Amino acid sequence: MAINVTEQGDSATYIAIADEMTIYTALEQKNELLPHLKPNHKLQLDLSGVSEIDSAGMQLLIHIKLKAKELDNEFSLVQHSEAVVEVIGLFNLTSFFGDPVVITADRSAL
Amino acid sequence: MTEIDLGSALVTFMQEAKDLLEEMEASLLALEDNPDDSETVNSVFRAMHTIKGSSGLFGFNPVVSFTHEAETVLDHVRNGERKIDDALISILLDCKDHTASLLEFCVEQPEAEVTDELTAIGNQLVQQLTGNDNVNDTLAIISVDEQEATVESLDDVKDMADSWLISLSFKADAFRMGVDPLSFFRYLKTLGDIQRVLVITTDIPSTDDFDPESCYLNCKLAFKSDADKQTIEDVFEFAADDCDINILPPNSKVETYLSLLDDSSESHIQRLGDILVEVGALTKNDITKALNTQESTEIDSIQGKKPLGEILVEQQVVQPAVVDKALEKQQQVKQKVVAEASFIRVDSGKLGQLINLVGELVISGAAMNLMVDRHGLTDVEEVAESMNGLVSNIRDIALDLRMVPIGETFSRFRRVVRDVSKELGKDIELKISGGETELDKTVVEKINDPLTHLIRNSLDHGIESPEARLQAGKPEKGYIKLTARHQSGHIIIQIIDDGAGLNKERIVAKAISNGIISGEHNLSDQEIYNLIFAAGLSTKAQASDLSGRGVGMDVVRRNIEGLRGNVSIDSIDGQGTTITIQLPLTLAIIDGFMVETWNERYIIPLAMVEECVEMNSGEWEVDEAQHYVNLRGVAMPYLRLGEYFNSGKSSAEKGRESLVVVRSGKNKAGFVVDELHGEHQTVIKPLGKIFENLAGLTGATVLGDGSVALILDVQGLIQYAVRN
Repeated sequence: MAINVTEQGDSATYIAIADEMTIYTALEQKNELLPHLKPNHKLQLDLSGVSEIDSAGMQLLIHIKLKAKELDNEFSLVQHSEAVVEVIGLFNLTSFFGDPVVITADRSAL
Repeated sequence: MTEIDLGSALVTFMQEAKDLLEEMEASLLALEDNPDDSETVNSVFRAMHTIKGSSGLFGFNPVVSFTHEAETVLDHVRNGERKIDDALISILLDCKDHTASLLEFCVEQPEAEVTDELTAIGNQLVQQLTGNDNVNDTLAIISVDEQEATVESLDDVKDMADSWLISLSFKADAFRMGVDPLSFFRYLKTLGDIQRVLVITTDIPSTDDFDPESCYLNCKLAFKSDADKQTIEDVFEFAADDCDINILPPNSKVETYLSLLDDSSESHIQRLGDILVEVGALTKNDITKALNTQESTEIDSIQGKKPLGEILVEQQVVQPAVVDKALEKQQQVKQKVVAEASFIRVDSGKLGQLINLVGELVISGAAMNLMVDRHGLTDVEEVAESMNGLVSNIRDIALDLRMVPIGETFSRFRRVVRDVSKELGKDIELKISGGETELDKTVVEKINDPLTHLIRNSLDHGIESPEARLQAGKPEKGYIKLTARHQSGHIIIQIIDDGAGLNKERIVAKAISNGIISGEHNLSDQEIYNLIFAAGLSTKAQASDLSGRGVGMDVVRRNIEGLRGNVSIDSIDGQGTTITIQLPLTLAIIDGFMVETWNERYIIPLAMVEECVEMNSGEWEVDEAQHYVNLRGVAMPYLRLGEYFNSGKSSAEKGRESLVVVRSGKNKAGFVVDELHGEHQTVIKPLGKIFENLAGLTGATVLGDGSVALILDVQGLIQYAVRN
């Protein structure tokens, strides 16, 4: 199971993705993730298990972010894996997502 | 057609203007020594006046307004209101130079505004000429404005970031094709520093239409690197099909490009795209893309196609400043090349000598071939072959030097038609087509008189008065059509009118009364019509100023036949007349086909040879009784050349025979010969006076071995064959 969904009460969902987020998984992930995006809800994606992310994966995240805005869903990304941080950085989308990114000591040294 | 006319008129005008300006310069210099010579002042005035007038015709307003000033001053000088002194002469000399540069500018860029530089010089000169200070004021203001403008744009340049601007717009299939923008970013990082990335997220749908496997991403990157444009473009090379890539060079590069443009060579005119690629401002891809865009955009009916430079700027692959500079450079080079590549006037006598020599060269080339053949010098053969190639190239070029389009001659008749039709109270339009058809200059010169004659005839006798035309149910306005075209090594000129046509009865009556034909003639319509080329025959009851004295048409025919051409006339009663003139393209050298019969060699102009059929193959047979040759089931008249030229004698031995099928117009005939010798470059030598009236021959040529071959008058022979 690549996705681990934890309902936190009535209005929050916590999903941990333990898979790559690439063109190969994008469609499947879209179908699994989007039903959890409900109006006036809170959705957190734990990306610590994302070993690899490409532009398609990033595009999916952007899509969910945009859709969440429309639905007034409080959507956030947490626990970014290194791969995710790098790509968000490359795309200069840190401010777009607006989530605090934890930069570990060894990473910041890079 | 009109475009061509205008183009050639423009060339004529430029040449005339150049001559006038040169004359003006000479006159001015003469005035320095002899300031009171009123005739010289007049010629200077005339130069300015004529240029002003002609420039007005072409809409070169800057030239008109400038020469107008000069003309006014010169008029004062002419009237003695102003004294001519050295100072004025030198100003006028400057004016002459300025007029020349204005003209050149106008010819090069008819649509463009005159450059500030030229305007400034012009204003200054006008001010010097007239002593008027006002001009100077405006000039000062203009230059100040200009300075401010440049300062502003320079600031702009400095404000902008010093990096490449790369825009990537991915197509929907990009991901599926394995293209990942990220990989580009990573690779770009190895070339330089990505300073900023802007991902345009607005194109990603937030609705359910979103297909996670399609690419909706558009990115803009600011990229700092020392790499050149091609290197950067190569990064995206394999994605070119799935991504629209625009790479705009950093502004710091702009200056490099500009200085490169400054230094680039001026030897030849390049296209804008090529110039920009050469200095590295653009890649070939950019150009191709822009050209495609240019191709696909709808053509604005007024403005025509969008200039390439504008498209390039719009597509954001290059800064406007670079395009401007490149255009400027292109213009400079163009002007320089135009200045260098002007015409050389050559004494036609020299040209004639050259062609004679080339003719001799061709003959001695043939002699050499013969020797090489005879002695079986295989190692020489190759050298001889390449020399033959060169000789025939030289021959073609030499002959081409004398080729001129006939359009200019045709255009002259507009005036004739206009004047004559006014005089006669007729409404006639001259239609011209095929004016670009080229033929030998000597032929053009000699055809002018006969053409004038024929056209005057058509105007006078051919086209009816407007009343008569209306009665006949034709439009009031008649037309005369002048056409020219090439056909099998000849030029065909036709004069077609939609007039009343020829009156057969009257021609016959007149011909009988003049004793040209007997009362019991047996002539076809065609033959009757062509009687009007006989001497002393005019059908017009009353001779007019223009024509009708009966001395015209036979002279016309003689002139045309003197050019180895022929003229024929066809007419449909009430519908018009068509006069067809057939002329050889050149008078000097032709490609011939050599045949031999009865140990005599003959040349057939190659262009008239349709095919040769090998001796005694089963494909053809001669029907002696009915006098035709049957070639693969097609019957055509034939001629045994040997018997024709040796009449009375009969063939000594019936050897092997070959058939050469020749064609002239729509007539075909077969010549039966003994031997085929193949192609031969033939220098035409006219036959002496004694042989002038010999039917069937048009000239002779000297062969490599010094013997003489006769050149056949194919047309005449075909007619002879048809008659029999």
